[in-house]
Amino acid sequence: MNVPILQMRGITKTFPGVKALQDVTLDVNRGEVHAICGENGAGKSTLMKVLSGVYPHNTFDGDILFENEPCDFSTISDSEKRGIVIIHQELALSPYLSIAENIFLGNELASRGWVDWRKTNLEAAKLLARVGLSENPVTPIQHISVGKQQLVEIAKALSKEVKLLILDEPTAALNDEDSGHLLDLILHLKGQGVTSIIISHKLNEIRKVADAVTIIRDGRTIETLRLDQGQITQERIIRGMVGRDLESLYPERTPSIGEEVLRIEDWTVQHPQDHTRTVVHNASLNVRKGEVVGLAGLMGAGRTELAMSVFGRTYGRAVSGKVFKHGQEINTSTVSEAIRHGLAYATEDRKHYGLNLIEDIKRNVSMAALRKLAKRGWVDRNEETIVANRYRTSMNIKAPSVAAITGKLSGGNQQKVVLSKWMFSDPDVLILDEPTRGIDVGAKFEIYTIIAELAAEGKAVIVISSELPELLGICDRIYTLSAGHITGEVPIAEATQESLMHYMTQEKE
Amino acid sequence: MSALRESLGFLTSRLRQVGIFVALILIVLLFQVLTDGILLQPQNVTNLVVQNSYILILAIGMVMVIIAGHIDLSVGSIAGFIGAVSGVMIVHWGWAWWIAIPACLLVGALVGAWQGYWIAYVGIPAFIVTLAGMLIFRGLTLITLKNQQITPFPDELRALGGGFLPDISGGTSVLEWLTVILGVGGTAAILFQSIKERRVRRKFNLENEPMAWFATKTAFIAVLMLTITFLLASYRGTPIVLIVLAVLVIAYSALMSNSIFGRHTYAIGGNLHAAELSGIKTKAVTFRLFVNMGVLAALAGLVFTARLNSAQPAGGTGFELDSIAAAFIGGAAVQGGIGTVAGAMIGGLIMGVLNNGMSILGLGTDYQQLIKGLVLLLAVGFDIFNKNRSGGGSTIAKRFKWKTAPSDSAEEPRPAAKTPAAVAAVASPAGAEPVGAQPVGAVENH
Repeated sequence: MNVPILQMRGITKTFPGVKALQDVTLDVNRGEVHAICGENGAGKSTLMKVLSGVYPHNTFDGDILFENEPCDFSTISDSEKRGIVIIHQELALSPYLSIAENIFLGNELASRGWVDWRKTNLEAAKLLARVGLSENPVTPIQHISVGKQQLVEIAKALSKEVKLLILDEPTAALNDEDSGHLLDLILHLKGQGVTSIIISHKLNEIRKVADAVTIIRDGRTIETLRLDQGQITQERIIRGMVGRDLESLYPERTPSIGEEVLRIEDWTVQHPQDHTRTVVHNASLNVRKGEVVGLAGLMGAGRTELAMSVFGRTYGRAVSGKVFKHGQEINTSTVSEAIRHGLAYATEDRKHYGLNLIEDIKRNVSMAALRKLAKRGWVDRNEETIVANRYRTSMNIKAPSVAAITGKLSGGNQQKVVLSKWMFSDPDVLILDEPTRGIDVGAKFEIYTIIAELAAEGKAVIVISSELPELLGICDRIYTLSAGHITGEVPIAEATQESLMHYMTQEKE
Repeated sequence: MSALRESLGFLTSRLRQVGIFVALILIVLLFQVLTDGILLQPQNVTNLVVQNSYILILAIGMVMVIIAGHIDLSVGSIAGFIGAVSGVMIVHWGWAWWIAIPACLLVGALVGAWQGYWIAYVGIPAFIVTLAGMLIFRGLTLITLKNQQITPFPDELRALGGGFLPDISGGTSVLEWLTVILGVGGTAAILFQSIKERRVRRKFNLENEPMAWFATKTAFIAVLMLTITFLLASYRGTPIVLIVLAVLVIAYSALMSNSIFGRHTYAIGGNLHAAELSGIKTKAVTFRLFVNMGVLAALAGLVFTARLNSAQPAGGTGFELDSIAAAFIGGAAVQGGIGTVAGAMIGGLIMGVLNNGMSILGLGTDYQQLIKGLVLLLAVGFDIFNKNRSGGGSTIAKRFKWKTAPSDSAEEPRPAAKTPAAVAAVASPAGAEPVGAQPVGAVENH
């Protein structure tokens, strides 16, 4: 059974000033699901780009053998011709085109330049059935959920007669249910002889599907663990990734909780476009000094919508309800008002809502509180650099200097820049939306430590997360949301994954 | 030897700024040869400054609008409209220049507020609003002028377009002494300022510019400024509009790099959503940018009218394209977030020297347009090429470009930035100003 389909030997890829990959070896057997693990910045995605021809064959050293034949791809289409298809973390679908059009995009079923629509839709329907979707192929992509869009991407890969499917963090944006579907599908395809490489941060997923795990750290292969040799365990993977044993995934802290800082009462928000939908119903919650409060909920429960509507009405319409700080009602109807009242919201979507990716670290750090660095409208740039350097050191942002462009940093370091930005605005209440999404284990621990320190300084922290173990690990109290309602408020001592999930799936009429 | 290598390394990291500046010098030298030395004759240098002043004034506002991710197609029509308004106010109604000029600038601000309202608060794309504005204000120009030019203007206003600072030596000296004093004084001020800023940066350990590079650059600026001073002084001295332009360039460069307003403009262009969620009042900033553009367009219209000594129905036609070209040649990015006032000035001067040089050679507007178009294409093409070379090309590549943070994260700051974007972001106002800024610096202190 152990027939190699892919052998990568001695792959070395250098970027100006940085060795991204150094003598990396990867062996994938036919018909297996092979996971690649590593911290952000370890070189996983670079390796996959080398494999799929995004980096042409003469821009790196080393050999690639696919089905025992050497590969010298110059473009992605070269690798696709051989049956290697990569699905990127950010989906490459065109929102206004139909499912069928997206599946055959660049690969249209046509005769003499004219699209054969009947055949296109028919074939699309067959492919959709293979990935377990019953959607009509003419439905525009934007009308189906992200989870289903991910499946459409896989259908698209199947249309190219894929032999080796590469998935770059396929479940990063999916809820548990959709993630489950996707993983089942990967196993199903494995049964049909499709080999998969899956890059993932989620160790439980890896344990569920992977036959082998290759760990990459700092651009080098650390080891390949095989299921049939009983080597795949969480401890071993984590040890390989971070190069040390994580005695605990969460930092120890002794909470010292004071008086109430923020209280939200009867908060109701309508969907910005669809006026018939109420996204948050009469939500009330509070958070106290030095307390870390979790907001748990499945996708679409309204957690982000609640947070963003409180933070300057940046989401929704017809927002009603009251916000109190230290018992006084405050106005948070614009972002600058919210910031003025000591609120901060670190978004779940760093790239689109959190950072100016073409600017450097220092200008991102100062963005929300430029006034603190300015006298009469003029910014003191030396002071700005000093401040940014202070955060670079204290937050352990890995970058050559604060003049480094944030778009070039890894996810964990970008997240630290976002946190620095909000810490510099010196808020009393921090709302952190999925603070560890897309971040590797080592950096996650650092983020948790920062959260613990913020609470110890007396800040009130609200954490929104899709990962229940994370909430259980860092929070003092957890609210659950389901379909826009707050369905439960659980002190940490009583909270378990099961009890939270019970509230999170509870229907309120 | 290592100092040399260090300087060269620094140079490559600032290729865009150095490149555009070198391009300007090469174009000047080329035309100097082709025109048998006419290009750099004192009278022609003076002409060059005066002829291009209104495009440069527009380019200041334009690059700011472009940095915020917008565009303004209406500035030519606004300039023409304000020319017409000034004609009515001064010639028909007999208003004094010192009332008419502020009144015209106010009208410009109102025009800008009109457009800014639609763009910022209603949310119509600037391309559409200003395309409409281009038609609206051209129409209003024709209506105001009743399709006839208004002329002549009084001498006080004409001085704004073609006047010079008074000759304090009373015309007895070969060199015009006031210009010499301004030029030498300005050079000294720049030298003093750069050295002071370098010292401050060293003190805070922020310095990343090699000494050899700094010395070469500063010496070059000084020589250039003194040369221009000499050229201007041996003709009729300092054009008044040059003083206006110098004040604007200094003020707006400082505004864009050091003020909250300027920094918010860059933030909006770089990532609108992130700016909004950081509490930046994006609509107010956009609105103000267009009001500012209106005022600068009005000023350009006044200068142009003053120079021609007539307000004409077609006045200002095509100015928008020249000023947009200037901003892009000067390194501004179409998608916003990147660009400098100084860069736009270099861009404008490149266009100006091309115009002037080709006119001296007797090339028709047909060839002039052809060549100017190609230069714009090449300049921006070079930008893209340069970005790709440094690995920042496609968005896909960008995502993974620097996943591996260097483990030896150096303690002392070094120029990590390779792209023009990065350089623009790193560059500080005067001392570490992109090299491209220098000739403007040279002009600005007269």
